[in-house]
Amino acid sequence: MTPEQIKQRTAIIVESMQFLPGGLLPILHRLQDQLGYVPEESVPVVAKALNLSRAEVHGVISFYHHFRRTPPGRRTLFVCRSEACQSVGGRALEQHAKERLGIDWHETTTDGSVTLEPIYCLGNCACAPAVMLDEQVVGRVTSGRLDALIDDLSATD
Amino acid sequence: MTTLSAYISLDTTSRSIGADEVAALLQASAVQHGTSVSLTRTGTRGLFWLEPMIEFDTDAGRVAFGPLDPGDVRAVSTVISPKGELNTEHPAYLGLLDEVPEFAGQLRHTYSRVGVTDPLSLAQYRAHHGYEGLQRALSMNSDDIVEEIANSGLRGRGGAAFPTGIKMRTVAAQNDTQKYIVCNADEGDSGTFADRIIMEGDPFLLIEGMTIAGVACGATQGYIYVRSEYPQAITLLNKALATAYEHQLLGENVMASGKQFDLEVRKAAGAYICGEETSLLESLEGKRGLVRFKPPLPAIEGLFGKPTLINNVVSLVSMPEIVRLGADSYHALGVERSRGTLTVQLAGNVKKGGLFEVPFGTALRDVIEQFGGGTLTGRPVKAVQIGGPLGAFVPPAHFDMPLDYEAFAARGAMIGHGGMVVFDDTADMGEMARFSMEFCAIESCGKCTPCRIGAVRGTEVIDKIRRGEEVDAHRILLRDLCNTMVDGSLCALGGMAPFPVLSVMDHFEEEL
Repeated sequence: MTPEQIKQRTAIIVESMQFLPGGLLPILHRLQDQLGYVPEESVPVVAKALNLSRAEVHGVISFYHHFRRTPPGRRTLFVCRSEACQSVGGRALEQHAKERLGIDWHETTTDGSVTLEPIYCLGNCACAPAVMLDEQVVGRVTSGRLDALIDDLSATD
Repeated sequence: MTTLSAYISLDTTSRSIGADEVAALLQASAVQHGTSVSLTRTGTRGLFWLEPMIEFDTDAGRVAFGPLDPGDVRAVSTVISPKGELNTEHPAYLGLLDEVPEFAGQLRHTYSRVGVTDPLSLAQYRAHHGYEGLQRALSMNSDDIVEEIANSGLRGRGGAAFPTGIKMRTVAAQNDTQKYIVCNADEGDSGTFADRIIMEGDPFLLIEGMTIAGVACGATQGYIYVRSEYPQAITLLNKALATAYEHQLLGENVMASGKQFDLEVRKAAGAYICGEETSLLESLEGKRGLVRFKPPLPAIEGLFGKPTLINNVVSLVSMPEIVRLGADSYHALGVERSRGTLTVQLAGNVKKGGLFEVPFGTALRDVIEQFGGGTLTGRPVKAVQIGGPLGAFVPPAHFDMPLDYEAFAARGAMIGHGGMVVFDDTADMGEMARFSMEFCAIESCGKCTPCRIGAVRGTEVIDKIRRGEEVDAHRILLRDLCNTMVDGSLCALGGMAPFPVLSVMDHFEEEL
């Protein structure tokens, strides 16, 4: 998408939501849901419509772990880092995910297929360790099951 | 041809271990057997070691099969015999669900419908006493509703366990044309999932609870601020909201009472600090989730500067039953100043992880041993972290404590939301202490110095101790830093992150 197209898409979203009380988060969510991330080109459009400075909008985007400023891979793998997952081998699973994908947190594989993100609690604590692939939560994940999950991704890509 | 009525959980955890696959296999095998199965997807019973589980209606009640391996086609297909009857010889046959000991040992009060009904069926919700609480509330004056809640002894499920009735009374007393009800559904503590289970399993209960709160306080607008990590809860809540609007249970004329109450779901954005009430309000206003100074209390100046009742999910979903049955029904359960029920969430390295609703006063040991059945690995329990990542690690020597806010506080622990994460003897407690500080550093909003800088320094000092550098001096320094954070932080994140660290120093000294 060209910067001009991003601005147009942003303007359409903002127009429908700018009078929502406290609407900045819902606007950023819709941008990310539709574009996969919150592009830099969207910031001035959002700021102008909500009568905020660009710095304020930037401050909000960067404060929240959920919002990303660069496009993600085709799928995002979230690995839970919380205590319940740690109690049943979560740390080893984190390490395995990084090695298997050959990337660190917040990075995307070179073929653009998977982005790896840490997450703090999916509420799946009774069947830990847990990961989430886009919006699909998977419980009781062993390194073998994680490999199978990643293999499936490559097969369906 | 007979039709069997079957029930399978659609809750996130059940699905995460194969409930959808089991549902598909069941339907396929019914076709093969020439039977027909009418399948309802419900919330979860909370018995996760038995999931994926299928329940069937029988004359005696619901019987269950579980756990069923989704990869084992034969196991699922033989649940129904070739004659189209239930195969009670099946190795996973559990008999009547009500007689499964861990279920029979509970008191399902607030969570009575979860796992029983279709979460999105308003008809089923009403058939199980749904909206009777609101109906009664609409016939009462607002002071009387507030008194019912206050007299029930209901307390918030945050770290402070603040009496809900007092908050409500303050909001109701404000003379303002615009007030808000805000549901804090940003349950970010590891080991807690009670909110998710009720939002996915009985969403109308939250809608009804918030509407009652709105009527009581004179608020016409509510917001449910839900974690972005709970996508299914958000979807189900939004569907339930749409149904409630269709049936005039929300909007300008709630249940033809002439009263207005509107409700909206707002998706959070992955900041743990936004579970703190004032940060949550900032976030709802579209800002960074920075903690606010108190006073003013949110009950006086909250969302958009207006009086706001902000409560956790469990507090709000407790209200319909309290109003329907009267304060005494809730107050009669529990002990001392901890009244009613607690939804214990057992997780981590535990054999039988799940959600169990029990009256306050139940012994911690009973919860961990009778419900939990010990560790998943079969090794001895080393510690249980209670109340989330800011809760203390409780050693087995303290398991005689009853579930009672004050009894826990007296031992330097807290119940909080009722989440319990079990660790076996292989856990590295020094590493767990380090993680508490690291987590606080990642999640600090940055507004106050003790939390923002203290957490980073705390991580560094623990690293030095673990490397063996001037251990005694650094232990003294760490304790001092912890005290500074406890006394000097603006909110509970910095103020409580040292608790797990201190509990490790107190109970597992040789590991740090």
